[in-house]
Amino acid sequence: MASPLTQTKPAASKSSKTNGSRNTFASTFVLDFEKPVIELERKIAEMRGLATGPGMDTLKVEIDKLEKKANKLRKEIFAKLTRWQKVQLARHPRRPYMLDYVERICDTWLELHGDRCYADDHAIVAGFASIEEEQVLLIGQQKGRGTKDNLFRNFAMAHPEGYRKAIRLMTLAQKFNRPVITFIDTPGAYPGLGAEERGQAEAIARSLYEMARLTVPIIAIVIGEGGSGGALAISVADEIHMMEYSIYSVISPEGCASILYRDATEAPQAAEALKLTAEDLKEIGIIDNIISEPSGGAHENFDASAAAIKAVILSSLKRLKAIPTEKLIAARHKKYEEIGFWLDR
Amino acid sequence: MAIEWFKRDEAAFSPTQKKTSEDALWIKCDSCSEIVFKRELEKKLLVCPKCSNHFAMDGEKYIEILTDKDSWTEIGANLRSQDPLSFRDQKKYSERLSSAIKTTGKNEAITVGRCTIDSISVVLGIMEFSFMGGSVGSVVGEKIARAVDTAIQDRSGLILISRSGGMRMQEGMVSLMQMAKASVKLTQLSEAKLPYISILTHPTTGGTTASFSMQGDVIIAEPGALIGFAGPRVIKQTIGQDLPDGFQRSEFLLEKGFLDRVVHRKDLRQTVVQVLRFAMKDNDSA
Ligand SMILES: [Zn+2]
Repeated sequence: MASPLTQTKPAASKSSKTNGSRNTFASTFVLDFEKPVIELERKIAEMRGLATGPGMDTLKVEIDKLEKKANKLRKEIFAKLTRWQKVQLARHPRRPYMLDYVERICDTWLELHGDRCYADDHAIVAGFASIEEEQVLLIGQQKGRGTKDNLFRNFAMAHPEGYRKAIRLMTLAQKFNRPVITFIDTPGAYPGLGAEERGQAEAIARSLYEMARLTVPIIAIVIGEGGSGGALAISVADEIHMMEYSIYSVISPEGCASILYRDATEAPQAAEALKLTAEDLKEIGIIDNIISEPSGGAHENFDASAAAIKAVILSSLKRLKAIPTEKLIAARHKKYEEIGFWLDR
Repeated sequence: MAIEWFKRDEAAFSPTQKKTSEDALWIKCDSCSEIVFKRELEKKLLVCPKCSNHFAMDGEKYIEILTDKDSWTEIGANLRSQDPLSFRDQKKYSERLSSAIKTTGKNEAITVGRCTIDSISVVLGIMEFSFMGGSVGSVVGEKIARAVDTAIQDRSGLILISRSGGMRMQEGMVSLMQMAKASVKLTQLSEAKLPYISILTHPTTGGTTASFSMQGDVIIAEPGALIGFAGPRVIKQTIGQDLPDGFQRSEFLLEKGFLDRVVHRKDLRQTVVQVLRFAMKDNDSA
């Protein structure tokens, strides 16, 4: 997962709330293609500091001009992002994670732990939530901020216990007739000894199976990285939404490159070939909707991103809850039955 | 998740397949190094007489040993994958497909058909590792879907024999979604109260294991088969140490509780018949 991230001096974090802990390595991360705008913004901030007194009108005009320039530049850069650049945005260390959204979207939140078999997996978070009038089950992969937190979350790479916790709670949601909403953000399911020993494949297979027949509405939202089977395992859904700069792929670009081109540094090329962006996947009918991100990406404004997701959840719930159970499942099945490109000749 | 079948250094993905297809009279067993007379090996269902190593066996041979004589008719033989991503690495996906068809004589990584086993009506699917590493794309997904539809329509049982490196990355997300598609179809089979027997053979990894291969009502594996989610090479890289002996092999999975049985090839038919009888014989009107 070596993405060529570069570090610069503290870039002003624009989010109003906890945009990750400040002064950490992650909170100052800037991608190469973000640099020109970030540098302009730093200049603007400096000028603002000078322009506080009276008689600074010319400076204020200059600031206005620079702000317009920064906005224009950002728009230009983001209008022609390559797929690899979108991969980098999806993995941006300042990107909002599952719990950042929970904090902003939910009126109440009660996290629930454990798979009742072996352990509680911190890579997958789940709990009961209320969003305005709606009672829902939220499940999602949670990345960490900083080394310690990332180790605790295992970089959002779940073990079988994570999927079993998800299955347990989805079954509970079904019992009480509450919809399930999942947040997808993982490099993949964890490929380790313990995970294999305790049936990673079985856990994922079972999750797919239970979601295929769950009698309550399921909404999946890819907020960052949709990494292969580990992501799919909690995203069999009636509606799949993707954040504008999120990705969803059968294999990581690095993994694909090391197999097909025998060189992991060919990842940008592999990202192009895999067609893993929200736009690509909407076009071939794999996902239902793209959620627009704030200018500069979700990490530039957590609140606005959360508001966009909340609006999608509420309208989606309204739509899906109106559908009788049998029809809901039939439509879900039809959707997956139709995925594929073949000729019968 | 996606396959690694072109990795030449991947010892786990058996080279036995290549050797048996050669015209040599003698074959060296990968496992015990015994030199075995080819005709003798074939008589023994490609199981090493000395160490019981199960060599890769062609799909047609499985049909021969499992199904009633002349009962087999293929389903979906004309399905051909399109190239939804216009995928190209060093070779075009479409070229990889045609060369796989040419070299294997199969039309895709799975062959599906109607048959009877001990006079019980069954839909049987057999994957082929030699066809692009047994990777799962649109056609494999669609053939499994049609297998389920046929089984429901005929009130048949379903048997899938897996050997696969996972999802076919040349079809990108379309291939990953075949895991969900197969899962959806298998819930329909279950709803119809029809049995699904999953038979895992060497090697079965990635998204194949993490979907239909592990969703059987009864899950059986041949001895010594590599079965897992992540491939051994990936795990080794992650943990930075060698894997224990026998890790991810059938016997290991049985011990950990993820298989119903490990069954020698010569007993496969009898085992399958017992399961089908339990699930179907007195249940025809269900
Ligand atoms: Zn031997």
